[in-house]
Amino acid sequence: MAQPSALKRVSDTIWELPRSYKAGMLVPARVFGTEKLIREMDDGVFEQVSNVACLPGIVDYAFCMPDGHWGYGFPIGGVAAMDPEKGVISPGGIGFDINCGMRLVRTSLTYEEVRPRLKELVDAMFYRIPSGVGSTGLVRLSHDEFRQVVEEGSKWCLKKGYAWSEDLKFTEEQGCFKGAKASKVSQRAIERGFDQVGTLGSGNHYCEIQVARPENVFDEALAASYGFTIPNQVAVMFHCGSRGFGHQVATDYLQLFLKVMEKKYGIKALDRELACAPFNSEEGQAYFAAMKCAANMAFVNRQVILHMLRQVFSEVFGRSPEELGMSMVYDVTHNTAKLEKHLVKGKARELLVHRKGATRAYGPGMEGLPPEYMEAGQPVIIGGSMETGSYLLAGLPTGGKAFYTTAHGSGRTMSRHQAKKMYRGTKLQHDMEERGIYVRSVTWGGLAEEAGAAYKEIDEVVKATELAGLSKRVLRLTPIGNIKG
Amino acid sequence: MPYRYLDDIATADVAFEATGATLEELFASAAEAATNVMVEEPERVERKKKVDVSLKNEDADMLLFDFLGELIYYKDAKKLLLLVEGIRITEGADGYSLEATLSGEELDPKRHPLGADVKAVTLHRFSLTRTNEGWRATAILDI
Repeated sequence: MAQPSALKRVSDTIWELPRSYKAGMLVPARVFGTEKLIREMDDGVFEQVSNVACLPGIVDYAFCMPDGHWGYGFPIGGVAAMDPEKGVISPGGIGFDINCGMRLVRTSLTYEEVRPRLKELVDAMFYRIPSGVGSTGLVRLSHDEFRQVVEEGSKWCLKKGYAWSEDLKFTEEQGCFKGAKASKVSQRAIERGFDQVGTLGSGNHYCEIQVARPENVFDEALAASYGFTIPNQVAVMFHCGSRGFGHQVATDYLQLFLKVMEKKYGIKALDRELACAPFNSEEGQAYFAAMKCAANMAFVNRQVILHMLRQVFSEVFGRSPEELGMSMVYDVTHNTAKLEKHLVKGKARELLVHRKGATRAYGPGMEGLPPEYMEAGQPVIIGGSMETGSYLLAGLPTGGKAFYTTAHGSGRTMSRHQAKKMYRGTKLQHDMEERGIYVRSVTWGGLAEEAGAAYKEIDEVVKATELAGLSKRVLRLTPIGNIKG
Repeated sequence: MPYRYLDDIATADVAFEATGATLEELFASAAEAATNVMVEEPERVERKKKVDVSLKNEDADMLLFDFLGELIYYKDAKKLLLLVEGIRITEGADGYSLEATLSGEELDPKRHPLGADVKAVTLHRFSLTRTNEGWRATAILDI
């Protein structure tokens, strides 16, 4: 991979493309990463992050996180804050899987207690939580009920008994993007998603049982703040989003914005996937309200999956989820745009922050955090590949340099097709089992596609976020069981 | 149905190139390429149910984008795996019109070895071009 010669090193972990790099750039572009990660980054990242820097109303910099790779319009890992009056909103800055995100749930069980029941547990999860192409959830809803669900988010789950009240407190935005309007969502989107509540999906979506080994706890005080106090404590992490509903919302508005962007608003974008509309326009506001519905669907999806997980653990261990200490650590979103207050050149401003394949990482004391985490800062959940491990990090006071945003995962380096050529699902499952990781998947091919070697080194990614002052390592979680769509 | 998957374009997703002597043939190839991402061996999909689709677009490439979007919609909303039974595309003063009959059956994981769920058709490097032999399209599906 060749980096542009204009790329200048600003610090050990910040690399900048000046405005002179490309005609039309309104701000410079900054990519976070260690030298190793920057060297390995694909050319698409630099091309796309500099395209983002051309979007009307962009403030400060167009950013890309250390796990960045090329995406659609924005790179994955792309972050852009827009002036709400003069700026645009772009589905390409949010992604097709709106509010794809991570949820981490701890238990009071230890690895020693779980190991003898691991297969039984993973099999039960695999049969209970629907996954794969065309799967439908156990929650039966009419179209009208679904419309209510996507406006209310996790509050709906609380009413229906799918949530503990504390779950909402430990979910970004308390599990509900306010201002969601189902009237701004197409009938097609409703039809694609109304029966998918509580389904994992496929691709890189998974649900994983993990262990926090004592040697992998980097900050005991922060770990304790997040409820990790027992050696070899077991947790469950899962990754999924708004399913067909969110994908259709994104597709609908991409098509609409392509029609109005230039003709009605005179905006020229460098890439059709950067289709956008002024935030303060009829179309921009409609998308914002529809996107919030999709974000809420994703919260509800993860909440219902948590409900099923609690049932499965309870059945396998013969104790209630409360007795098993199955409290949420946190739920973070990856693909969203939100109005947030940030300091820009010393002045507090309200900005529309697009994060695509990037995690909000609020530092200690920031508004929006639950009281329990005011001192520690926001938990950040970064999922690695199913073979290597994942991280729990904490937001830092120094995160303001990137609108309090950090990485979201490890990022692929090998194509799905290549991974399938190199690995066989059946053999991979066997090899992983020998290493103490029991995995179940709907498809063997899908399993091979997610082989650990297809991903960047997560250790390097999280190290880069820490060196850059975006988030701090709290503990590393080792996989022991995994289900995949 | 000539199509092939392109390995080096889409790291996290699936890219394909489809060709056809006519636009109709190309659309049918592209449909099979998309269905084949979701299930292996699309030739085993039985033609039990029929769906009629009518689409219009000013541009031929966006007509293909809309058409592939229909397949994804039917996969989620009706659980249908569909292939092209008959298709007609006409060019008029206001753009292109498509009339197609799609046929297939409901997805059954017991009989259809599952592939990856397609979230969306993307416009990244999306193209439809005329060639000496007919038409060629490249598309990336978000997985």
